[in-house]
Amino acid sequence: MALLEVDDLTVNYYTEEGVVTAVEDLSFRIDRGEKFGVVGESGAGKSVTALSLLRLVERSGRIESGEIRFKGEDLLSMSESAVRDVRGNEIAMIFQDAQTALNPVYTVGEQIAETIRHHLDYGDAAARERTVRLLDDVGIPEPEARYDDYPHEFSGGMQQRAVIAMALSCDPDLLIADEPTTALDVTIEAKILDRLDRLAAEYDTAIQLITHDLGVIAEVCDRVLVMYAGRAVERASVEELYYDPKHPYTVGLMSAIPRIGDRQDRLQTIPGTMPDLVEVPSGCSFHPRCPFAEEACTRTRPQLVDPATGERAGPDERSAACLAYTGDLDGELDYEVEVRGRDAGAATAESEPPEPDGGGVDRGADPDADSEGKADE
Amino acid sequence: MSLRRFVAIRVASTIPILFGVSVFTFALVHLTPGDPIDQLVALNPQISAAEEAAIRARYGLDGPVWQQYLTWMSNLLRGDFGTVIAVDQPVGPYIMARLPETVALGLFGWAIALLIAIPTGIYAAVNKDTLGDDLSRVFALSGISLPNFWLGLMLILVFALWLDLWPVLAPDKPLLSPAMLWYLILPGVTIGTASSATLMRVMRSSMAEELNKEYVTAARAKGLPERTVVLKHVLRNSLISVTTIAAFLTAGIFAGAVVVEQVFAWPGLGRAFVQAIIGREVDLIMAITLFTGVTIILANLLADIVYAVLDPRIRYD
Repeated sequence: MALLEVDDLTVNYYTEEGVVTAVEDLSFRIDRGEKFGVVGESGAGKSVTALSLLRLVERSGRIESGEIRFKGEDLLSMSESAVRDVRGNEIAMIFQDAQTALNPVYTVGEQIAETIRHHLDYGDAAARERTVRLLDDVGIPEPEARYDDYPHEFSGGMQQRAVIAMALSCDPDLLIADEPTTALDVTIEAKILDRLDRLAAEYDTAIQLITHDLGVIAEVCDRVLVMYAGRAVERASVEELYYDPKHPYTVGLMSAIPRIGDRQDRLQTIPGTMPDLVEVPSGCSFHPRCPFAEEACTRTRPQLVDPATGERAGPDERSAACLAYTGDLDGELDYEVEVRGRDAGAATAESEPPEPDGGGVDRGADPDADSEGKADE
Repeated sequence: MSLRRFVAIRVASTIPILFGVSVFTFALVHLTPGDPIDQLVALNPQISAAEEAAIRARYGLDGPVWQQYLTWMSNLLRGDFGTVIAVDQPVGPYIMARLPETVALGLFGWAIALLIAIPTGIYAAVNKDTLGDDLSRVFALSGISLPNFWLGLMLILVFALWLDLWPVLAPDKPLLSPAMLWYLILPGVTIGTASSATLMRVMRSSMAEELNKEYVTAARAKGLPERTVVLKHVLRNSLISVTTIAAFLTAGIFAGAVVVEQVFAWPGLGRAFVQAIIGREVDLIMAITLFTGVTIILANLLADIVYAVLDPRIRYD
């Protein structure tokens, strides 16, 4: 049994412009200790998914259907107080902007310690001691003295570390990190990610890492879910995704990453913007931006299928939601995946058998893949 | 140390304000026709013109206005607030005798305002756009709209006359006796209602704004009970703007006391103030006005200190 099982999750927001489906039919699995990435542009439904896992979607939103099972228990049918026992204790969240996630009028130490006192029934002194140790663990110098500092006395990087310490405070089984490093500069980002990675191993915590940054995913994750306009469009291990992306949107995201040695002087982008979720395009919601779109794409909504067989895929199997794999398109997805400026073989989805994990690519050549060569499904 | 300096600077900066208030009030009183001697003469027609002039001279009312002001000011600086002419009593003791009554009424009204405003404000913010929130809005609107004198009279009518729960007139007992404290409730409610309406709206909007902030979601994500989230995390942040309004309301409460003390025949400064105006008692009007000014300034100073206690980001150095 996976640690977290999400099945057919649909979340609607009731706004003045109409009903917005922020997440639709989303299914995924996270195993114990696994590092699972969720990637997509802003508005793809990543954060809503995260909040749903804690049952914290705002008042205008509603979890319409689906199941979220954590350690086999259905979070959605639990009582409010039972869910509160899970929050912060078994599933903890790291927020994107540490500065706004910390309450300005209480000390950093108190904000960490109160969680410990609440969930673990620690006394004041014991909670303080544990907090100081956590602050030390996340790399805050002089944690004993810093305990009594207010958030505004911390730098941005230290605030983010404090928020990570807060999330780790009760030794959770699942850590949801919502863009944990987006607000930070790159050098601090690398340090924080590295620390997060190490702590997750140390505390034996699974991570759901939400980001729009594929580079961050490559650094940390084992498996990835790509979301677009509230739906999963591709699910794969990190290696498969990077060397052999199957969905045109993933391919677009990849080519939008600037690489050293690129000869283009303009940044590649995916044309257009993500659709307004009030009026999602018919059929495949990516079709207006997709270079391979055909008439069929405007009519039929693609399901997540195994790209090799075209069969409906299970919630933890490699899959992509594109009509190209169900034989509904006349043409082929014709793109090239380029790794380190070298042609890594064209992936024409229908004609060639998919390569299991990036096949002929010289993996040693890519430092990202090098550090993450562990989990394939 | 730095806080002490801040307080010292603030207190010092009130001196020009108080000076301005004193000049303005003095001028206003003298722009109004008549003085206490006129009233004395009107009541005692047998007083001759020579006697009248002598009395005026005795109270220093015969010189030009600027001279009178200078005399008043120099006496003030020597700690002499002047005389209440009608009863021939020094102003200082006259005020001190009535001050506790007004302070008691003011604090009571203020406490009632806070006691009504903060819980209802929290309730309305947490249950935004529900029936309870709408009802609180109706209450706030009526609280702001109802004049104090009318509300006071209605409370007397209903609770003192019809239900016979309260005495109609203030009993003649020491201030800190159960009978007097019981009597304080109706005037206290009258003063508190108007202030509580304003305070409650501020409490509600400030809390509703805070509730949308991310630290609230973060606190919930920690698994804290909603009670702790609201009463610990959100409340303290919301109280910052409430403090500002609560300080402003000191002025409103004193103004309310003037009317309410009349309506409830409460022997405090507010009633003395009305009588002083009717009797053109310059010294008494000046003293009460300055006293009120000092109180309001001190209340705002207190608010500045409370900010620093509530919000660690505010430091006065």
